[in-house]
Amino acid sequence: MAEFSLPKNSQITEGKSWPATTGAKNLKEFRVYRWNPDDGKNPRIDTYQVDRDDCGPMVLDALLWIKNKVDSTLVFRRSCREGICGSCAMNIEGQNALACTMGIDECQEHAKGRKTAAVKIYPLPHMPVLKDLVPDLTNFYAQHASVEPWLKTDTLAPEKEWPQTPEDRAKLDGLYECILCACCTTSCPSYWWNGEKFLGPAALLQAYRWLIDSRDENTGDRLDALHDPFKLYRCHTIMNCANTCPKSLNPAKAIAEIKKMMVERTV
Amino acid sequence: MAKAKILQNPQVSIRTPRARVRGLGVAHHGVGHWWMQRLTAAANAPLMLAFVVIIALMAGRSYAEAVALVSHPFVAIVLILAVTSVAIHMRLGMQVIIEDYVHSPGLKIAAVFANNFYAVVVAVACLYAILRVGLGRLV
Repeated sequence: MAEFSLPKNSQITEGKSWPATTGAKNLKEFRVYRWNPDDGKNPRIDTYQVDRDDCGPMVLDALLWIKNKVDSTLVFRRSCREGICGSCAMNIEGQNALACTMGIDECQEHAKGRKTAAVKIYPLPHMPVLKDLVPDLTNFYAQHASVEPWLKTDTLAPEKEWPQTPEDRAKLDGLYECILCACCTTSCPSYWWNGEKFLGPAALLQAYRWLIDSRDENTGDRLDALHDPFKLYRCHTIMNCANTCPKSLNPAKAIAEIKKMMVERTV
Repeated sequence: MAKAKILQNPQVSIRTPRARVRGLGVAHHGVGHWWMQRLTAAANAPLMLAFVVIIALMAGRSYAEAVALVSHPFVAIVLILAVTSVAIHMRLGMQVIIEDYVHSPGLKIAAVFANNFYAVVVAVACLYAILRVGLGRLV
């Protein structure tokens, strides 16, 4: 039903404006979402002045610089700093991206028309926030697990390995590279409205990765598990997923292929 | 927000995330709905074009001439097909919108009921009018 008052914690207040470090000349302003579950206050936007001469080129470099040199209480996830772990996914200048592979200059280039002095950083959209830039991805991971993303066979395993032609192996390109950063799923409006029931682009891309694996013997059961108005058919080809994917994958196409397989076995 | 409540408030539910994702399980339908929506969309394109042509042909004509036009078997059949295809497409499309945006269980059931009744009533009323005009001279 319609809610006439905004949910708790959805009103963001102006936070602290941190002064620039002394002697810094090449400054870039960062406006970062902060929320602490323990202080009972609404979320706030803190403003930081990052010294570009003292800091690497990526958004993650700036966040680490802030944490190391200005405000050690800023909380965010990061690990590999080279776009392979998917930890530092966040909303940068209105687009979901990995902070480690998104350049400070680049992130404002693609925020066309909305370019301002400050780089704005928020957690991934429409997820429960645990603290600052850290979202609760429990549901996301459970959905990924629910598509049973592993090889399932009834035939006894061969002594060495399951053979696969180079052509069949090539079908997995553009699918296996997914790092489960959740950029796509949290950019999907269908997932925002029905996140409990719609599996979302990331989990469905993985479902397709196993559906077209020539070695898998459970294709029919996998399709059965997706044959549902909500789990699969909430996708309305909005394409935000393909637009935002930091690995340049196309979950929307994978979902369309699943829908084609569904029709193929009926018609 | 309902979602945040379920995910963050253990007093609402302490089911495991896996149990929540599985929910009531798989409905085992959806492909028929999806396929029929595409089928009727493809049918709607030529049918609506023909419908517009038929309406344009009636413009400025007398009542008797309009009745004669609708009484033509080809015209009557095209109109019947158009009404049927559009009504089915409308019902399916509206149901998707309801499933997307209506989350309160009671309101959702009411909306699905209303959608089905509306589509059937509109379709039957149109078909009755076409048959009445088209077959009027024979009966």
